[in-house]
Amino acid sequence: MLSICTGQGFESFYPVRKEETNMKQSIFTIKENVALTSNVYRMLLEGDTSAVTNCGQFVNIKLDGLFLRRPISVCDCEDGILTLIYKVVGKGTELMSSMGAGEKLDVLTGLGNGYDTSLSGNSPLLLGGGVGVPPMYMLCKKLIAEGKQVSVILGFNTKDEIFYEDEFRALGAKVTVTTVDGSYGVKGFVTDVMKESDYSYFYTCGPEPMLKAVYRTSVTEGQFSFEERMGCGFGACMGCSCKTITGYKRICKEGPVMKKEEILWES
Amino acid sequence: MGKLSVDLCGLELDNPVIPASGTFGFGYEFAELYDINMLGTFSFKGTTKEARFGNPTPRIAETPNGMINAVGLQNPGVERVISEELPKLAKCFDKKVMANVSGFSVEEYVYTCEKLDKCPQVGWIEVNISCPNVHGGGMAFGTTPEGAAEVTRAVKAVTTKPIIIKLSPNVTDIVAIAKACEAAGADGISLINTLLGMRIDIRTRKPVIANKMGGFSGSAIFPVAVRMVYQVSHAVSIPVVGMGGVSSAEDVIEMLMAGAVAVEVGAANLVDPYACKNIIEDLPRVMEKYRIESLRDLKIQ
Repeated sequence: MLSICTGQGFESFYPVRKEETNMKQSIFTIKENVALTSNVYRMLLEGDTSAVTNCGQFVNIKLDGLFLRRPISVCDCEDGILTLIYKVVGKGTELMSSMGAGEKLDVLTGLGNGYDTSLSGNSPLLLGGGVGVPPMYMLCKKLIAEGKQVSVILGFNTKDEIFYEDEFRALGAKVTVTTVDGSYGVKGFVTDVMKESDYSYFYTCGPEPMLKAVYRTSVTEGQFSFEERMGCGFGACMGCSCKTITGYKRICKEGPVMKKEEILWES
Repeated sequence: MGKLSVDLCGLELDNPVIPASGTFGFGYEFAELYDINMLGTFSFKGTTKEARFGNPTPRIAETPNGMINAVGLQNPGVERVISEELPKLAKCFDKKVMANVSGFSVEEYVYTCEKLDKCPQVGWIEVNISCPNVHGGGMAFGTTPEGAAEVTRAVKAVTTKPIIIKLSPNVTDIVAIAKACEAAGADGISLINTLLGMRIDIRTRKPVIANKMGGFSGSAIFPVAVRMVYQVSHAVSIPVVGMGGVSSAEDVIEMLMAGAVAVEVGAANLVDPYACKNIIEDLPRVMEKYRIESLRDLKIQ
């Protein structure tokens, strides 16, 4: 995760505040909840999506019997339907995976800053690893709608874990899939393909080791989406604070997307 | 005087509901969602003499019916709270706010309280004595009657506003500590701060929180809070603010019946940003249901 142990010259240890918020709390109805792989699911939610104003944002879901909400990145949002893709990693996502069409969920929407597509140039590169792939979808869609030539690298451990390859192709992106074990696509990591690619800018989301590798491999500016354990998800508790070059930030509020030049890695 | 109003150390509150420190920032995140002037008041983010960036992450863990946090008093320091946060707060909150102060030496408490006491926006100063005393071998001030009294006396000597001492529940005899604060001149007592807790991820065999231990809060701790509020409020004659796991209008009534004059709501704000608004709006219904005319002197039978 981002560093909080180095850093000098900080004038304030309180966040560089994001002033506006579009957060909304409302009840969504599950339209569909299907398995894409053995432990990755796609949930379609119908409801008031007006607070979702950018790709790269997340929602925070209240689940019966669990105290804290569960933050999940937004994969897509169109016509009042919110698409979430999540991996079963604990009690919360396990509970989500057991839910079916017609069931209701209390969701906070419009959380986080999202990706800035204005900096992409004409040929942006998108790199998603595992469940870091979903937020790349809505971003890809937006960039293509803006007339950009988008290349996407999707990284997985093995063939059985792959999802959404065809969906990205259908958007019109140039898609390369990598698998660590070589069971499908290019054998290796997303950065192995990144090294051979020409791109004007990059956007990435995935596990921390991947983000660090992308940071080191990249030859342009870019944006990273981070993950952290959160208390509230809307900036009240300071549970997910991190230090950046430009000051203290809350992953949930001033993030989860950070620009490359802001990032301070933990040594 | 409204039906929901109560008195806290001589200042009237429109209702007894107070978002607790550390769960409400300096108010803005919530002011964007609803008019926070409907609150009784709120206790702002724990403020120290110097800026603090707090503990490493992860700082949060979940528990059955609650959570553990080890944020570590992240705050910009008292100077910036006064020069930046309070002026911004003035734009969305017309009422007196409760200043929450922490310190790691008696001198720090004195410094911070003296500064905040001069701010017209501040109505009360809530002094968190759960912090370790760097000059006292790291033992928290609030764990001994002597330590608690020492901070109380020192802070009282430099302030004019009501001083409310916020007690830690992680002690052998909370009543003795409350009495020591009263004898040292405290105007009120608030309790309980979080219980010390810990979770371990059995997959990674590591503590969930980077700091290993943290403050346990949420509805799971409500019965402990009610018990301690009851014990303390029946042992001192100064007002007691009850908190710990309050998440509904019924919980507020129960806390008042335990002997509190007002109630703080903490972790519930993090799960539902509208928690305090909903509780305040639900209070009249619950009062009617239980034929309660006033929230003042709502003692158990």
